Amino acid sequence: MDLTFTEEEEAFRAEARAWLETNVPRPPLPSGDTREGFALHKEWERALFDARWAVVSWPQEYGGRDASLMEWLIFEEEYYRAGGPQRVTQNGIFLLAPTLFELGTEEQRDRILPKMASAEETWCQGWSEPNAGSDLAGITSRAVRDEANGGWRLSGQKTWTTRGAFCDRLFGLFRSDPDAERHHGLTYFLVDLRAEGISVRPVERLDGDEGFAEVFLEDVLVPDHDVLGDVHEGWRVAMATTGSERGLTLRSPGRFMATAARLAELYRRHADDGLLDADPTVRGAVVRAWIDADAYRWQTFWTVTRLMEGGRTGPESSLVKIFWSELDVRLHETALRLLGSRAELVDGDDAAWMKGWQFALSGPIYAGTNEIQRNVVAERVLGLPRR
Amino acid sequence: MRDAVRGFLEKECPPKVVRDAWTNDTGRSGLWPRLGELGVLGVLAPEEQDGFGGDYLDLVLLLEETGRAALPEPVVEHAAVAVPLLDDEQAEAAAAGDLTITVAPPSGLVPYADCSDLVLVGDQFVEPGTLQLRQHESVDGSRRLFAIAAPPSSINLASLDRAALGVAAQLIGLADRMLAMTVEYAKERRQFGVPIGSFQAVKHYLADVALALEFSRPLVYRAAWSIAHGDEDRSLHVAMAKTRASEAALRAGRVALQVHGAIGYTTEYDLHLWMKRAWALAASWGDAAWHDARVGRAILDSDTFPEEH
Repeated sequence: MDLTFTEEEEAFRAEARAWLETNVPRPPLPSGDTREGFALHKEWERALFDARWAVVSWPQEYGGRDASLMEWLIFEEEYYRAGGPQRVTQNGIFLLAPTLFELGTEEQRDRILPKMASAEETWCQGWSEPNAGSDLAGITSRAVRDEANGGWRLSGQKTWTTRGAFCDRLFGLFRSDPDAERHHGLTYFLVDLRAEGISVRPVERLDGDEGFAEVFLEDVLVPDHDVLGDVHEGWRVAMATTGSERGLTLRSPGRFMATAARLAELYRRHADDGLLDADPTVRGAVVRAWIDADAYRWQTFWTVTRLMEGGRTGPESSLVKIFWSELDVRLHETALRLLGSRAELVDGDDAAWMKGWQFALSGPIYAGTNEIQRNVVAERVLGLPRR
Repeated sequence: MRDAVRGFLEKECPPKVVRDAWTNDTGRSGLWPRLGELGVLGVLAPEEQDGFGGDYLDLVLLLEETGRAALPEPVVEHAAVAVPLLDDEQAEAAAAGDLTITVAPPSGLVPYADCSDLVLVGDQFVEPGTLQLRQHESVDGSRRLFAIAAPPSSINLASLDRAALGVAAQLIGLADRMLAMTVEYAKERRQFGVPIGSFQAVKHYLADVALALEFSRPLVYRAAWSIAHGDEDRSLHVAMAKTRASEAALRAGRVALQVHGAIGYTTEYDLHLWMKRAWALAASWGDAAWHDARVGRAILDSDTFPEEH
């Protein structure tokens, strides 16, 4: 095990740091989960893309730098250390793109990836339905063959689609074989949200942003070249995506380290102002949250080391998802304790903590609830019986 | 090397050996010379001292195995703390297992002091006969504890870090073994016509132990690396490792007992041997709260805030 960075990695870090220090927007952009904030975030993504920082781990032909996993982690650390904006392209670049790289056609990659990376086309996911949440295989939205038009007609309803009201395209699963059940007979489609037959209703989230949406589809034509992977094999295709969402590609430690550093700063400020007497145990909570963030970083480096030596992530990624999502809640919860009676303020300098806490509360729910994840750990990591 | 030691301990240190240590004269396993032959005792001693010439990462991997086996020996005190301080002649004897050296922790309660050749008290190696040993009983019956008349007034920071690191590694091994034992039990034990491991409440308890282990083990490896490389934050890294390893082992014990139910509450069943060792070690060389406080001083009070944490 070698925990030192190579000269190339240090040079990469220095280059990223210098660019980010100059270019990260000040003051911070408004939330990308609102209409006006989303537009500003797309401009930011374009700037990232033009400087080839949008998708560092991708091949150069699609706008990346062929960066190693370790360099990607370094970039993420620098990005969040510099206070970089949320990535409104994340569903595309972190969830759909890995599936396209693995199972897409060359035509699909060439057509889709560059526009995804530059935010010219933004993507949202269409997994959940009103009656299919944790039990994703229970989806009922359907796809019917339209031979005359060389494609499929999609009908049904998707829900909890993050940024669905603003995005251009949606990827998701639809039941293409009406006689098949559960995980069988599903197909993975790439859907144009401007197509005829689509209506989108924004849904306000807990934090007040209209970041959620319901997507209604009525006989929407999707051409054959927008089927990802094999027809009726959508479950297998989708699992490649959820695997990367749960795994380390979406939640790099840099984000939590940056939050932990801000939490420590907040503590110091309150200590200097003599504001800590009311809650003598909060110091311990700050320390424990800090250690959690640090533990997450080292667990990630450890995993990346194994991956770079040829290993793969498997069901262990469920441990990672549980840990980061609960870590994020603890970091913010501790900050709110420090803020005390000012925690409720959603204006002013410290408002980001209440906003961030509300967002953090979604972590244990989305991308597979932590209850499902604990089942996965018990059954597939520890080998306990399913029933 | 790790696999060789694991294989050796599986064969030579089964639960019966741990259990016997509760009632024999010394509290020890009788395996000391063979641990010397295997290179465990001299893992940190250079090859010219007939040591294994390993680094701190080798050390923690081996100590994790001694924890997994609940090996009743002062192996952390000897191999992690004392050996790096010895001159060539003593180091050779220590690596071979011809000597046993224990260490007085800040509590002044010295494990295995009566049957050791030397006790490290502060910065001095002294013979146990000079220390007016007063025996105490530990909740872990294989851990023979002796109070010394004059506990060390200060502990060398490097010794404390090495001891805490070594104990953290053992705690990881103990936790891993208790988790494995409990998973096996939950697969076999049937109630309501099904294995109890199929119940979601039981699954989630065990998943939480796996979680605690997954996110404490890398901290132990990182602390080992930091000591080996003289990283300026090594004490901070050791503190993080020890606090998390202590918590992981205590949680593993708590869950193991609950999932085993009444059988786990007996001394006829082996679980208690591991659980009680975990209780003792989680509190030794600084418990979780003590090390949390060290972390707090480093990250919240010092002017040299560790930027790359």
